[in-house]
Amino acid sequence: MTELDTARREQEATPDAGTQPERAGTGWAPLLRLALRRDRIMLPAWIYGIVLTVVSTASSYQRLYPTEADRAKVAASASTGALRAITGPAFDLTTVGGLTAWRVAGLASVLAGLMSLLLVVRHTRAEEEAGRTELVGAAAVGRYAVPVAGFLVAVLANVSIALLTAAALAALGLPVAGSLALGLAIGAAGLVFGAIALVTAQVASVARAASGTAGALLGLAYLLRAVGDSGASWLSWLSPIGWSQQVRAFSGERWWVFLLPVLLTAGLLVAAALLLPLRDAGAGLRPQRPGPPVADRRLAGPVALAWRLHRGALLGWTAGYLIVGGAVGAVASDVGDLLGDGAQAKQLIDKLGGGADVVSTYLSLIVGLLGLVAAAYAVQAVLRARTEETEQRAEPVLAGAVRRLRWGGGHVLVAALGSAWLLLVAGAALGLVHAWRTGDAGQIGRLIGATMAQVPAVWVLGTLAAALVGAVPRLVAAAWAVLAVCLLLGQVGQLLSLPDWVLDASPFQHAGDAPVHTPQAVPLLVLLAVAAALAAVGAVGLRRRDIG
Amino acid sequence: MTDPISVSGLTKRYGHTQALDGLDLSVRAGEVHGFLGPNGAGKSTTIRILLGLHRADSGAVEVLGRDPWRDAVALHRRLAYVPGDVVLWPTLTGGETIDLLGRLRGGLDQRRRDELLKRFELDPTKKGRAYSKGNRQKVALVAALAADVQLLLLDEPTSGLDPLMEEVFREAVAEARNAGRTVLLSSHVLAEVEALCDRVSIIRAGRTVESGTLAELRHLTRTSVTAELDRPVDLAALPGVHNLAVEGDRLHCEVDTAQLTPVLARLAAAGVRSLVSRPPTLEELFLRHYGDELPGPELVTA
Repeated sequence: MTELDTARREQEATPDAGTQPERAGTGWAPLLRLALRRDRIMLPAWIYGIVLTVVSTASSYQRLYPTEADRAKVAASASTGALRAITGPAFDLTTVGGLTAWRVAGLASVLAGLMSLLLVVRHTRAEEEAGRTELVGAAAVGRYAVPVAGFLVAVLANVSIALLTAAALAALGLPVAGSLALGLAIGAAGLVFGAIALVTAQVASVARAASGTAGALLGLAYLLRAVGDSGASWLSWLSPIGWSQQVRAFSGERWWVFLLPVLLTAGLLVAAALLLPLRDAGAGLRPQRPGPPVADRRLAGPVALAWRLHRGALLGWTAGYLIVGGAVGAVASDVGDLLGDGAQAKQLIDKLGGGADVVSTYLSLIVGLLGLVAAAYAVQAVLRARTEETEQRAEPVLAGAVRRLRWGGGHVLVAALGSAWLLLVAGAALGLVHAWRTGDAGQIGRLIGATMAQVPAVWVLGTLAAALVGAVPRLVAAAWAVLAVCLLLGQVGQLLSLPDWVLDASPFQHAGDAPVHTPQAVPLLVLLAVAAALAAVGAVGLRRRDIG
Repeated sequence: MTDPISVSGLTKRYGHTQALDGLDLSVRAGEVHGFLGPNGAGKSTTIRILLGLHRADSGAVEVLGRDPWRDAVALHRRLAYVPGDVVLWPTLTGGETIDLLGRLRGGLDQRRRDELLKRFELDPTKKGRAYSKGNRQKVALVAALAADVQLLLLDEPTSGLDPLMEEVFREAVAEARNAGRTVLLSSHVLAEVEALCDRVSIIRAGRTVESGTLAELRHLTRTSVTAELDRPVDLAALPGVHNLAVEGDRLHCEVDTAQLTPVLARLAAAGVRSLVSRPPTLEELFLRHYGDELPGPELVTA
């Protein structure tokens, strides 16, 4: 018997209960305050990070391309290029604002979407799974209070991002209307994915699946837009990320486009509200199927257990890497055709990454992104060990005849081999499709080599997470912060003209720029040595500290 | 042969909290030892140290003759543990979890596993997230009780079990004892402790305040005496008399059990019309130690 059942019966006993929505939402205010208090560090970090990404880009364009003539050169190359697949459609690139919107509207919308879906699942299904919602649900709290409060956290965060971005861009001297449009576009994309997560939270059978499904939809939206912007432009209109760009901030704003995210969000909220009463607290709409009454012979140790816990997620990641690799391989050769080898295009590519021929530069940018995302996989897989510990599932394992290193090492092993596997899969898909398009079989080995060259840098991030889990478990979230810094250094570090020693702090800086240049053994070996040292720190720490 | 569990002068501090403050505990081979104390007294901390999951700050700890921090792995082959709050893997079924936990320890008695599943009426095909609290507890209990081990560490193992299942649990623990296993049972269910335990240790604020058989503990505490007397009598001056209340010819008091003889002699001299004398219940025993008043040193046994 769940609290929800009881609440439902009480509501049915009161004939007018259904017509009083305010009763069903009773109690959301204290829940919202609780959520904000729990996120008092994470939430400002997200907001600040996203606003900073946009604003620092705008200010560096102001410095790099001060005159309209400078910007016209960029515009000439970007408006024709399949470079739009990475960034977005080019509208008016003769202004700093237009350039900024072209470069970051998509990226910032993805970040806002990611933030929102994580926030919503964290404060709804994850809370239910931890059993805390029942504690709250037994108090004078309506059935909708928890989802209302969870979604309001996302609303607050996205409104803050929209207004802060608009204010900061206007303060840089950009047009107010465009600043507001860009800020609102990013916030609107965030809200859509918050609402999507609210729906997946009702349908999925566990919280992890709820955020995974919403995250997959976010990836799909980005991919739709990428394909649409490099050709079939109607596809971009199917993507909430595409809408952020179709608002055309700084290029003759089309305010009516905002109707799309607003209507979709409203529709999703209604859907979530209709789905919620259909399920029991703690369970999703997807029913539970009975499983095997005895364990498979192979489920016999901590490493096998780690594999079992990780395999579902790794399967999903593998599918994603396969699709992205294949899709990029399909468009890569067109990048050259569309951009040509003109001096202006080269100059732009130089600004973004630097290198020789346009296609190789484009591929090396993608390979770098694949590496960063694989590092995100590695970090979350390693941190699973810490989650197991804080949720008290490590205790029964370690109360068995299990060495601590085998328990922690199981998760690190899955993270290391899993991230390498993802890069191998993406490299193979990328290489095969690119080879087929260009008729050059040599591309297969060359691109697998390029993605595999990212593995040592990815492992540095993964073993950094392992060192934190072992030695300073209170600070495991720092692994995400480091990954975010690496992302920013790689994405906008050169635009910001940061000094080399700052850029060199990111391990990905040393992974090379394959396939532009052949990977160099020495820096990769140094990265592997760093990873080994970090793993050793984690191992020593784990052996010495209290568990749980 | 040394005691399966022998702990002396154990201390453990977490930040500003002194969780254990010189705890002593000795559990003899083949006994069911009750481990009692109010919430936050340090029971679970002690068990985690006995498992080698947490490291003691100071004091001597030996489990089955070994140091649990250094020899955790070898030790864990010979013991099984049931936590007070069982958390399962949401995607593994109960049956898979039982088998996994058994294999991590080095094997399960298959026949016993199936028999316990039946007795506890546990469906092994449900996924971990679908079990209620009581059923999660059963998963851990089946895994531990089906293990072929010398020592069972049970940390409030019956929380969430219904009375029928509690009965099954008691039978299973009794069988474990008959099979020669040693059991450390931390519990708040006094009837369970009274029914199962050969000896108990009561801890408070990280220290052992009493340890012994229930009979010994009773002896060390007060017997309640209610008498109707022919003549009034003044007991207040006698040592060991507490909470004396006189209503006409009725008298009620509590007497330190060791001081019973002089009190009864004085009452007899006054002419006893009726006498009710009752040994302390386990509840009273507990409340004395769980309450605010710390017992004097004369009540602490070695």
